[in-house]
Amino acid sequence: MIQYKNVTKVYGEDVTAVDQVSLDVNEGEIVVLLGPSGCGKTTLLRMVNGLESVTDGDITFNGESIKDLNEIELRRKIGYVIQSNGLFPNMTIEQNVTVVPTLLGWSKEDKKKRYEELMELVGLDAEDYRKRYPHELSGGQQQRIGVIRALAADPPAMLMDEPFGALDPIIRERVQDEFLAIQRELNKTILFVSHDIDEAIKMGDKIALMKDGQLMQYDKPSQILQNPANDFVAQFVGKDRMVKSLTIHRIEQLMERYDLLVSSIEKGEIATVSKSSNLRDVLSYILESKQQAVHVVDENDEVIGQVDFALVNQYMIDLADSNEPVVNP
Amino acid sequence: MGNSESTFWRVIDYFQNNIDWILELTVEHVVLVGSAIIVAILIGVPLGIYLTTNEQLASTVLNIAGVIMTIPSIALFGIMVPIFAVINQGIGFVPAFVALILYSQLPIIRNTYTAIHNVNPQIRDAAYGVGMNTWQRLFKVEIPNTIPVIMAGVRTAVVLNIGIGVIAAFIGAGGLGILISQGITRGYHEMIISGAIAISILGITADLFLRFLQRLLTPKGIS
Repeated sequence: MIQYKNVTKVYGEDVTAVDQVSLDVNEGEIVVLLGPSGCGKTTLLRMVNGLESVTDGDITFNGESIKDLNEIELRRKIGYVIQSNGLFPNMTIEQNVTVVPTLLGWSKEDKKKRYEELMELVGLDAEDYRKRYPHELSGGQQQRIGVIRALAADPPAMLMDEPFGALDPIIRERVQDEFLAIQRELNKTILFVSHDIDEAIKMGDKIALMKDGQLMQYDKPSQILQNPANDFVAQFVGKDRMVKSLTIHRIEQLMERYDLLVSSIEKGEIATVSKSSNLRDVLSYILESKQQAVHVVDENDEVIGQVDFALVNQYMIDLADSNEPVVNP
Repeated sequence: MGNSESTFWRVIDYFQNNIDWILELTVEHVVLVGSAIIVAILIGVPLGIYLTTNEQLASTVLNIAGVIMTIPSIALFGIMVPIFAVINQGIGFVPAFVALILYSQLPIIRNTYTAIHNVNPQIRDAAYGVGMNTWQRLFKVEIPNTIPVIMAGVRTAVVLNIGIGVIAAFIGAGGLGILISQGITRGYHEMIISGAIAISILGITADLFLRFLQRLLTPKGIS
């Protein structure tokens, strides 16, 4: 849906912010642009909706070159989310949320209805917030409003520039989960800038890792973690990359390859985890409970077996051997 | 002590005896300063906004406005006389009106320029990002969020001009300056003091009114 073709951005005479980047963002995917500050990830994002010009190369949106599209109309078709300060302080929450529909000339009734739908989507009370102003909201609430403002006119694509960067870790985790749940329903095409490898692994269907304006590796998170393309990627993802990669895999996926161990232990004797838990959490529970294994329970809270360290280890070794692309949750 | 007390009563007497005339002069003063300020806003605010798009011109214009303010007011009014004499308007309303407009440009242009220039870049970025055009960005986001700073410039200009408007009397444009200029010529202290008091009251009233207006215009979300 969004295609970068040999895109280059040069500031002034000779500062190359983005250097010959080519990448395809498929419909319905979240692609995380990841890298240290100054690597050109934000510039790359902002070129899509014309907030930065393209020096050389081309970007297409739905097959059309953005150079041929009207900038203002293009921006209204692409949701845009930045850190929480991006809400307009002079507008009420309702006015903020419906700003794009207002620009598009929707009727009052349609805007009101849309506002209420969107507030429900993020679990905020529409009436309660209608007449309130951004400064009266907490950081987490502001960020939710920022996200639904971008969704208001139901754009096919969204650009998100470190949208959760200003939130404290606990709130960030929660807003990320909420956003992923929303995305599973809406299937937007999303470009997402982050400098945080953990966030990238969690949010991304694919990760584009950048350094000094160049694309280092563009792949699924599991591949980036397990098969880093070069030293920079290996260093950026960290020495604990195998532990990080455990977060991508869930017990359900492990169960597709192996049967769970039959448990002879009474329920309640050892820790229990749900079968949708990721393997990193499983190891953490095993270590925390000072036992050899944990019980796995299904949706009905029935014990369906147990997982121990050896089984997780076996699974990861097999994956690495088969080098099979892993489906990301 | 007795002397100053009697001066006080004589000023009160003067006010009572000449209230109609003083009110008439006040109206003249308000019309002169008010019309000059309206025109000054119409020039200064758009100019201040435009300057945010042209950095080079901005420093030039702000410097010129700064230089105008350093010209002693009586000299500026004096310069206007021969200039407007060319079109037979050498004394009276026109030269005073123009001098007051020039005088009030600096606070209005500078505050508007600074306010718009310093709009939180993330908010401006968001305005671009949601697809606002230049006018929408200006009227829906940038101006509403900078009303307090722009209004502070207008208030400064108004209070300044009410004071400087006194000089208008010396070039035949009337206003409360008449009380002072005639009082000086005639050595009539009560008249001078009455004029000064009337001007102070006018200045304070105007400032209070503008504060109220500012509160009314400022969006609730940023107050």
